[in-house]
Amino acid sequence: MARPVTTVPAALRRKRRREGLRTLAFLSPWLIGFGVFFAYPLVSTAYFSLMKYNGFGTPSFRGLQNWAYVFQHYPSFWQGIGNTLWLVVVMVTLRVAFGLGIGLLITRVKTGAGLFRTLFYLPYLAPPVAATMAFAFMLNPGTGPVNGLLGDLGLPQPGWFTDPEWSKPALTMLAMWGIGDLMVIFMAALLDVPREQYEAAELDGAGPWQKFRFVTFPNITPIVLFAVITGVIQTMQYYTQAIVAGKVASGVIGGSGQQFEPGYPNGSTWTLPQMVYNLGFQQGDYGSACVVALVLFALSMAFTAVLMRRKSGLLGSED
Amino acid sequence: MAATVSVPLTPRGAELRVARRRAALHWVAVHTTAIAAGLFFVLPFVFVLLTSLMTDHQALTSDLWPHEWVWSNYAEVFRTPGFLTWWRNTLLYAGLGTLLTILSSVPVAYALARFRFRGRRLALLAVISMMMLPPQVVIIPMYLFWAKQLHLGGTLWPVIIPMAFGDAFSIFLLRQFLLTIPKEYVEAARIDGCGELHTLLRVVLPMAKPAIAAVALFQFFYCWNDYFGPQIYASENPDSWTLSYGLASFKAAHHTNWNLTMAATLLVMAPVIVLFFFAQKAFIEGVTLTGVKG
Repeated sequence: MARPVTTVPAALRRKRRREGLRTLAFLSPWLIGFGVFFAYPLVSTAYFSLMKYNGFGTPSFRGLQNWAYVFQHYPSFWQGIGNTLWLVVVMVTLRVAFGLGIGLLITRVKTGAGLFRTLFYLPYLAPPVAATMAFAFMLNPGTGPVNGLLGDLGLPQPGWFTDPEWSKPALTMLAMWGIGDLMVIFMAALLDVPREQYEAAELDGAGPWQKFRFVTFPNITPIVLFAVITGVIQTMQYYTQAIVAGKVASGVIGGSGQQFEPGYPNGSTWTLPQMVYNLGFQQGDYGSACVVALVLFALSMAFTAVLMRRKSGLLGSED
Repeated sequence: MAATVSVPLTPRGAELRVARRRAALHWVAVHTTAIAAGLFFVLPFVFVLLTSLMTDHQALTSDLWPHEWVWSNYAEVFRTPGFLTWWRNTLLYAGLGTLLTILSSVPVAYALARFRFRGRRLALLAVISMMMLPPQVVIIPMYLFWAKQLHLGGTLWPVIIPMAFGDAFSIFLLRQFLLTIPKEYVEAARIDGCGELHTLLRVVLPMAKPAIAAVALFQFFYCWNDYFGPQIYASENPDSWTLSYGLASFKAAHHTNWNLTMAATLLVMAPVIVLFFFAQKAFIEGVTLTGVKG
């Protein structure tokens, strides 16, 4: 943007300054929020990761001792990382694939499209705690209807939330139940694909799979990428459902209320965010909690950076 | 669905018959799959409802249909200590939070969409990075800030107040929408002598109603469903518990009351679903009235 190399008249300078102040005014709530709730706490977390602090007294410098503790001595640290990564890879992939499938289905339904759309979307609205409890009760190995049906069909009846091998798949099923948000965005993306491209493909003799591969998918790739990125971010924070499922399965909720065993069963639902809570709020070791928090942050950023390298129009047009 | 018109026995007729049959099969396949999917999505709700109406005893069995219909379970849940308090707290959190979010996010979104200033790309990038931040990353210093320094532990203020400073996701969505509003409207208002604030209020906002409604709805759901925030800040004080946190700690007067627990679960799910239905109507009206594709 070339500017003539002359002195800028005073009136223009005043106008620019007014505009600048106005911009500042409009942005001010967010600027404060950014500083207080994002930038400062981020730095603070890094600071505390090097400190020994339990909420009372003053923090004392520990250098990398907290880091050594977390990576070497904190029980189930690596299991938690493994679980979190499992969930990110499996849950996000299945959710995106299923969301795309449901989106495709719903765009093809003629009779009762509105009804189906609403039905498919409804589970997404269910609060996570409520949804998890519903699923935990439904997947009750002994008396739940799912195992009842499987038993009637002569199929094996997994322990679902009580079985370490099945707890994460069960959580994945829960995540796929709440597919409504992905359905809506894929639906919108699919409807935006220009008809002419389909017609042209048909003229060339393309079958349904080829149409999908060469017309549909290239057009919706940005949305798929968006879905994957947001899915990864959400799954890195996976917390509530894992805890509630474990509590129900171990009888803490709706049972005789014994002590909650984190990651029940056998640490299979133990995730990184839970570690932050456990270290900080149950063990009072704020320093180590911040170490885990930074690991969580680094992993989230790493995933996002890898995925974003392929993105283009995420920011939208600018006037 | 397929018309029963007699199709001539010509080669062309054969083609038509094949095409019709394929279309019919396609219809059947699509709708069968849709019904199967529909069952997957709806049965858990049905199951929760049916269990919530069973007797205490029957809820523990594998029966699917209530022998007696114990509607009083719902009254029982309302009488559970704290349930009404959780309702009140959740409504406060969601309602106030949504209001604050809208008030603070709209100006920011407008500035990011319409103003030219140095660092605009940077600001947008910053908003996006805020969207990507897991809350657990900054929870320790934030907790120390709210609970130790400001002594607001045991209340919901630590989750409500930050919403007065903009929500990254809402800002982003609103900005994307505001970009689609044609510049001519804004310029016409400027020619009429409106200041920026007036332009925003009188011209742009009415056109942005569907987007604002959508963002408000999302934020309301987020607050209603939030478990982590209330757990961190309000767990020590049962008077500040929200529905999600209370539900996860639900213990009725006796132990193993699965019928009551399912009734409570439904009561926590229902309001957002009802709100969604009402909002949907207003949403669609908003979109058609302004004639702007949402």
